[in-house]
Amino acid sequence: MTRKQRRLVLIGSSIGVLAIAIGLVLNALSGSIVFFNSPTDIKEKQIAAGTRVRIGGLVKDGSVQRGDNLRIRFEVTDGKSDVPVKFQGIVPDLFREGQGVVAEGKLEPGGILDADTVLAKHDERYMPKEVVDALKKSGRWEESEGKVAGGKTP
Amino acid sequence: MIPELGHYALVLALALGLIQSVAPIVGAKTRDAALMRLASSTALMQFVLVALSFSALVACYVTSDFSVNTVFENSHSMMPLIYKFTSVWGNHEGSMLLWVLILSLFGAFVAAFGANLPATLKAHVLAVQSWIAVAFYLFILLTSNPFLRLAQAPIEGRDLNPILQDLGLAIHPPLLYLGYVGFSISFSFAIAALIEGRIDAAWARWVRPWTLMAWMALTVGIAMGSYWAYYTLGWGGFWFWDPVENASLMPWLAGTALLHSAVVMEKRNALKVWTILLAILTFSLSLIGTFLVRSGVLTSVHSFANDPARGVFILGILVLFIGGGLSLFAWRASILKQGGLFAPISREGSLVFNNLFLTTACLTVFVGTLYPLALEALTGSKISVGGPFFNLTFGPLFVALMFAMPFGPLLAWKRGDLLGVAQRLMTAFAVGLVAVAATFAIKGGASVLAPFGVGLAFYVMMGAIVDLVERTGLMRLPMATVRTRAFGLPRSAWGTAVAHFGIAVSMLGIISAGTWGSELIVAVNPGQTLSLSGYDLTFDGVVEQAGPNYNAQVAKFTVRERGVTIGVMEPSKRNFSARATSTNEAALMARGAGQLYLSLGDANSDGSIAVRLYYKPLVMFIWLGALIMMLGGALSLSDRRLRVGAPKPAAKSVLQPAE
Repeated sequence: MTRKQRRLVLIGSSIGVLAIAIGLVLNALSGSIVFFNSPTDIKEKQIAAGTRVRIGGLVKDGSVQRGDNLRIRFEVTDGKSDVPVKFQGIVPDLFREGQGVVAEGKLEPGGILDADTVLAKHDERYMPKEVVDALKKSGRWEESEGKVAGGKTP
Repeated sequence: MIPELGHYALVLALALGLIQSVAPIVGAKTRDAALMRLASSTALMQFVLVALSFSALVACYVTSDFSVNTVFENSHSMMPLIYKFTSVWGNHEGSMLLWVLILSLFGAFVAAFGANLPATLKAHVLAVQSWIAVAFYLFILLTSNPFLRLAQAPIEGRDLNPILQDLGLAIHPPLLYLGYVGFSISFSFAIAALIEGRIDAAWARWVRPWTLMAWMALTVGIAMGSYWAYYTLGWGGFWFWDPVENASLMPWLAGTALLHSAVVMEKRNALKVWTILLAILTFSLSLIGTFLVRSGVLTSVHSFANDPARGVFILGILVLFIGGGLSLFAWRASILKQGGLFAPISREGSLVFNNLFLTTACLTVFVGTLYPLALEALTGSKISVGGPFFNLTFGPLFVALMFAMPFGPLLAWKRGDLLGVAQRLMTAFAVGLVAVAATFAIKGGASVLAPFGVGLAFYVMMGAIVDLVERTGLMRLPMATVRTRAFGLPRSAWGTAVAHFGIAVSMLGIISAGTWGSELIVAVNPGQTLSLSGYDLTFDGVVEQAGPNYNAQVAKFTVRERGVTIGVMEPSKRNFSARATSTNEAALMARGAGQLYLSLGDANSDGSIAVRLYYKPLVMFIWLGALIMMLGGALSLSDRRLRVGAPKPAAKSVLQPAE
């Protein structure tokens, strides 16, 4: 085999593998990505029921209700709008009222989020970026303080 | 006094680094041996100074000197000594100092053990190494000075993030950095080769041990990080496709490709240009990893502080080294002479296949990690790309790679015989098929893909064994001959087989724990019994225990298997008052290579407590496989021809002074 042919085989197979990879990536991107929304986005965008979404905000004060079999309901707020969330399982250690939270799941008819994942922050200095952005949008974030205006610290 | 000394030492290291960045290159241009030799001395001295600086910071932490800002922010006087020590790198500033410590350590290694390198190459390598060092010294001194003093020393520190107060963390970052930073040597060698415009098989032989060392450290570092996440985060997962994890996986994939392409270059003098490019890309991915983790672009347990100035600075370093490296490559790569010819079906061909799939797999991880960032910057919409994306893209590519893996070592150089190799792999195919059938028979057809995955893993393991059997002539030749051949076999051949075996072991663990694990998430009352996968756990109650800087609620569970008590599991919750946070300490119980995993959730008002109970069969194989891979690397590293300090002719002895 000549050098030219060899190179052709090499380039051909590289392009082949790359094409497969691009196909896989596009296929996966259309099927498995999840959009992030603030509670206000959910209210305004009229997202269809059954869509997978990720929302971030604060756990609304006084909204947490615990039921049987580790069922829990709470509301996520960005100060402007609230979205009710239901979840079954163990919420993170730092899940508290007035604290930042990110929930991912399916939006049900009636605007309830049926969450399969609930994430809270890691420590008292860390706030999920998604929550910060949601709060900034609704004007409840004080940049200089790095804290939530009016939010209580436990 | 001590922090100022540390700061001063770092400034001195920067000054030496600046000299080392220029002098050796001038020396190489003018053939001035003294100037070139200077680089070795400065490299060693840089290491001494950075080590001094690092020791100074360690001293501040160990003595709890809260007048130093980083110590105040990340330490606590009541913390056990080991964690005072590890909190040195449990924060941004300290971990960057650890980074440059390792960088200068590798520079010193090249200076000390690179006696067999040509003088100009060594001078160039050390100069490039020093460019990187200077960039990071400046980064630390200008944006992240760990020695910054507070005007008034507080009485007590703010404590280290509790989930970082763990032994796993003591080992994970240094190992990961050894890997990341180790690839800087391959990068420096590549840039030096481009500057010199000359590259040969010997170059690959010099680069390989460094790459191998970095790769081994990175392999174990990633495994340690995964194990740490597994037992501290409390939900039994070992890999989340989190951007921060991907940041360490990408250099690993590229580095693995580099290891393999360097073999082709060393043995057959081919793939030179590609190997150089891979060396540049691997270190670039390490830098991108550092950027992603350190800049605050991503939020995770690793992003200690979101200071935009730092992000911009690291981005600058990134653009300078990646852009500069690639530009130099584009400009100079055509000078490098093409190497030997080979047919597509050959050992070289199989290694090209390996490189193609590893780099493409790396590319899919890259896309999955950076696409959300790019999309947010361009359109403002935020998305999360998680496990499903990577399973659909990375998964198939890796399956193809695993399938081809046993073929590579069995193919001959230059022109191989695919059919012949397939025949020799018959045993491996058979073992794989039996494993598929056996898995279906035992576990049923609930998951169709998993039994085939198990078959694939067994086929790769058996393929590695077949390779060794073929090479030593076991079953064909008398035992004495086999023994001689086994000892005569290059260590790198043993290394290959062992490392390939290791990745199959990891794969088996991932499939088994992911598919046939069982879980139970419930609230239990004292006296109640949980049953899972043949194990019965009785909740005996909760006791309070005081730790050095925390209070713990320890739940006791008696574990029985078929009515026989086999032990007690004590998951706990630790409350750290200094940070008003708590951590979850999962209890693990080994059952063969599998594990019972128990972690606590919230306590309810009625006295019950929420728990997560998992049974994960063969889960330990995931990390055991990584250790086996490292062992393979170590075997390969001990190969005579790669030994870092190859013996030198004893001509110098005449010059030694008489005693």
